[in-house]
Amino acid sequence: MADTGIGQRVKRKEDARLVTGRGTYVADLKMPGLREVAFLRSPLAHARLSAINKPDGAGDSVFVAEDMNGVLPITARSTLPTYRQSDYPVLATGKARFAGEPIAMAVAESRAEAEDLCEAIELELEELPPIADVWRALAPDAGRVHEEWPDNLCLRTEIEQDLSELERSAPVKIEREINTARQCMMPMEGKGVLAYWDDRAAQLVVISATQVSHIVRTGLSECLGLEQGAIRVQTVDIGGGFGYKATLQPEEVCIAWLALKYRAAFRWIEDRREHLTAGANTREHHYKIKAYADERGRLLGLDAEVWVDIGAYSVYPFTACIEAAQAGGNLPGPYKFDFYRCKTYSVATNKPPFAPYRGVARPGVCFAMEQIIDAIAREVGREPADVREENLVPVEAMPFTNITGKQYDSGDYAASLRGVRRQIGFDQVRRRQGEGEADGRLIGVGFATYTEQSAHGTAVFASWGIPIVPGYEQATVRLTADGGVEVRAGIQSIGQGLETTLAQVASEILTIPADNIQVLLGDTAMTPYSTGAYASRGMVMAGGAVSKSAGVLADRIRAIAAHLLQCEAGEISFENGEIRAGGASLKFSDVGRAWYLRPEELPEGVDQGGLEVTEGYKPGTDLGVFSYASHAAVVAVDPATGHVEILDYAITEDCGRMVNPMVVEGQAYGGTAQGIGTALFEESPYDAHGQPLSSTLADYILPGPAELPSMRVEHMETLSPHTAHGIKGVGEGSAIAPPAAIVNAINDALRGLGVEINQAPMPPSHILGKILAASGAAS
Amino acid sequence: MKPAKFEYHAADSTANALATLSQLGEGGKIIAGGQSMGPMMNLRVARPEAVVDISAAAELRAVTDDGDDVLIGACVTHGQIEDGEISDPSRGMLPHVAGGIAYRAVRNRGTIGGSVVHADPAADWVTTLIALGAKIEILGPAGRRRVPAADFMLGAYTVSLSADELVAAIRLPRLSADASWGYTKLNRKVGEFADAIGAVVIDPPRRFCRVVLGGLDGTPCLLHETAQAIAKGERGDLPALIKAEVERCLPHAAAEKKQIYGIALNRAVTSAIG
Repeated sequence: MADTGIGQRVKRKEDARLVTGRGTYVADLKMPGLREVAFLRSPLAHARLSAINKPDGAGDSVFVAEDMNGVLPITARSTLPTYRQSDYPVLATGKARFAGEPIAMAVAESRAEAEDLCEAIELELEELPPIADVWRALAPDAGRVHEEWPDNLCLRTEIEQDLSELERSAPVKIEREINTARQCMMPMEGKGVLAYWDDRAAQLVVISATQVSHIVRTGLSECLGLEQGAIRVQTVDIGGGFGYKATLQPEEVCIAWLALKYRAAFRWIEDRREHLTAGANTREHHYKIKAYADERGRLLGLDAEVWVDIGAYSVYPFTACIEAAQAGGNLPGPYKFDFYRCKTYSVATNKPPFAPYRGVARPGVCFAMEQIIDAIAREVGREPADVREENLVPVEAMPFTNITGKQYDSGDYAASLRGVRRQIGFDQVRRRQGEGEADGRLIGVGFATYTEQSAHGTAVFASWGIPIVPGYEQATVRLTADGGVEVRAGIQSIGQGLETTLAQVASEILTIPADNIQVLLGDTAMTPYSTGAYASRGMVMAGGAVSKSAGVLADRIRAIAAHLLQCEAGEISFENGEIRAGGASLKFSDVGRAWYLRPEELPEGVDQGGLEVTEGYKPGTDLGVFSYASHAAVVAVDPATGHVEILDYAITEDCGRMVNPMVVEGQAYGGTAQGIGTALFEESPYDAHGQPLSSTLADYILPGPAELPSMRVEHMETLSPHTAHGIKGVGEGSAIAPPAAIVNAINDALRGLGVEINQAPMPPSHILGKILAASGAAS
Repeated sequence: MKPAKFEYHAADSTANALATLSQLGEGGKIIAGGQSMGPMMNLRVARPEAVVDISAAAELRAVTDDGDDVLIGACVTHGQIEDGEISDPSRGMLPHVAGGIAYRAVRNRGTIGGSVVHADPAADWVTTLIALGAKIEILGPAGRRRVPAADFMLGAYTVSLSADELVAAIRLPRLSADASWGYTKLNRKVGEFADAIGAVVIDPPRRFCRVVLGGLDGTPCLLHETAQAIAKGERGDLPALIKAEVERCLPHAAAEKKQIYGIALNRAVTSAIG
């Protein structure tokens, strides 16, 4: 037992440097001879590249696709039956397929001069009809994003059941169209990459702001035709990822190519305009749903179609299609019902390539599903919270395999809903609504419950047949000569606290204080292979691997300690950073010293692997372990202006065993803030020409401190039967529910006006427009 | 997002700044706090050949009081106004408005003069200064001139200022002890540019009453009839009057826009009348 082990509120080791400005990001790196790169990006959404004329004398400072001999495009394959393959050129070839697509790159001493060079490049473009949204893309007369395809569909999936009996007999039928806007992910640090050639190691060294360093190495190897041993991908501090940095970036390939060609150092730092335009790549879903229920609001069946605007290309390695496929698989959420039909369409358009953002498809499906539950409740005249609770998978049904084959391993979903209902003071809110507000605003309360599939592994990814499938996660745990511990894992810290929480797992096993446990992550030359940080897998996978390696290390330490103490290994225990056997004790440094400095003291037959262990770990299931939570929001809507204020917000969540409750709460706060952004503020609109209309943070509105409520988080802790320590993933979850809880609260507030909102975000102009339309219709 | 090449000149006095501007001709541009100019240059929307930095000119940071009027130097920051560091002739209106501009880091550097010259229709000062009856004090080769704030802004991002002139100060009449004001800014989030601004100043002893609608596509709109009615104490049906004047000012605006313009004005009027 250690007081920095699992379950302890250990302060984050990384925060001292991160909050005092002593972190190091790619943009902070200094290197002799480093040159800066700027990209010339397509000003048009869809255009044939007739000519790219470089400025005079710019042969060694301006580069286009044809200069990059032998560089292959990024290709994200999938074996899903209807999947259509497309190449993603790192610099556009033939035509540009979205506004913001890199066409050329320029190199100079400073970024400003590189941008000057970009301005001096003359582009001759022949504009092609833009395909600016999924409806345009699906029109019979639409052109094609990829000429070799017969239409603009990248993937179709279908879950088919016969609903004709429900259509005949279901007492309640409701239909809704629900939309979520395209938006950006907004880590404080955008993308950034620096590459140089290391002559001594004969390696191309690529330092990138990435969540997936080992995947980037594999991808660079494929694109550049360079053996993996000649590539090292390193990471420094990363200012947030959220999925934005979980793919191989074309810019990474370009900067690596420059370093390889010139045997020199080059860097590109994404600026906010590039980020907001070329990186507007997520969340855009469109739903048409018909739901069937009984007179009590019990959900009988669901018939859904889902369209996802995947943009112009498929990202590596996850493809642009897991979004829609996941939408179809996850739409039923935490609910138990028997009939389901769902068709999904991944539609290519002239927009930036879709990438998975915290929650991957689930914020959209939760937004849709939770509105359906509330709409059914209103239809049958009952409290939405009651109808919701009655539809949840009941605790006695656990473990439960749902309609799409998701295996919900454990938990009490209804208890989380009851918990949040109590926290939010549901009855008081209803009373307050009855009394009315002095300022004329309308109060509403809304709920949302979701499941979060976390750490899904080999079988799930293999079924999609994508280029890289996660398998056993490895971690190295090493005791040093002075009794400290080094943990090395290929997963990446992107702000989620892994330097602390992985140390806590090792501390739990070894009882050595987390402060004496150094965690090194990401560097492909220093860490065992990992597919990286995504899919809420960090604590389950890397935590499990650290636990397993630390356990094996503990056995080896016990064997040496038993020899030193002249006792049996079975008599040895670890307590508060000491090794004990009966009344005798040793320090961990005594064991470290024996192995490293005084090997003559080691026992006969000592394990030759020594005090460094690398083990591989997978949970007992590949299908993911399911965290879940309920969120509740109380809002005040100003019916005169459409403004929404979140008055109160509460969460009751269950992510299994919490390694560090403070880190879990941090994930809840941050994810909820992002979910509030999705609900009320963030949108990357495009005009009919495919031009992005939000290109600065003056147009792209993010919630700030004043827009965020003071949230309350309550924990439940149902251990997963499948994982080390019962841990479940928690990184994505809290971004899932807020749009759903908030739209339900707004609709609760506006019910008396006959208004229902079905889109995110819900800016005041939209809400006011609906109110005015309803009052116009009424009068 | 880095600026095109430009020359940088620091001016430590208005005389120095005017001399530099006259040398530079059309290619010169004043920069003070740089909170609008900086981003515009980084986006290469603004590409001055040279900038003249006036933020170190002490006279432009000065605030003087001649009894009737207070002159606020053009380089006084929003933050200084918010914090009450300067003499306030507005009975609290200026600090209130200043505190709602962007966020603190912007307010630490952004200046009242810069905001007025930039003339973003959705910015706070252009509407506020018209409501207060401010005048803009301008220095140029020909000396000093003074233009009412309502005439200074000609349209979105366009003001009555030639390339060899600079704004030296904002001249604000001192409100009487019986004056009151109201200011309602409707926007997406705290500190954001406005979707609608209603600004109202009522100062009976000075026989001054103004009702201004801002946050439009162009210059703010003065609601004369509403102001007259308030001045005469005719408060019977101000909402209807406001609605009619909004309709007259902006006949082609969308229904939601007209609605929020009316709401901003009504709330500002209510707040001013008390």
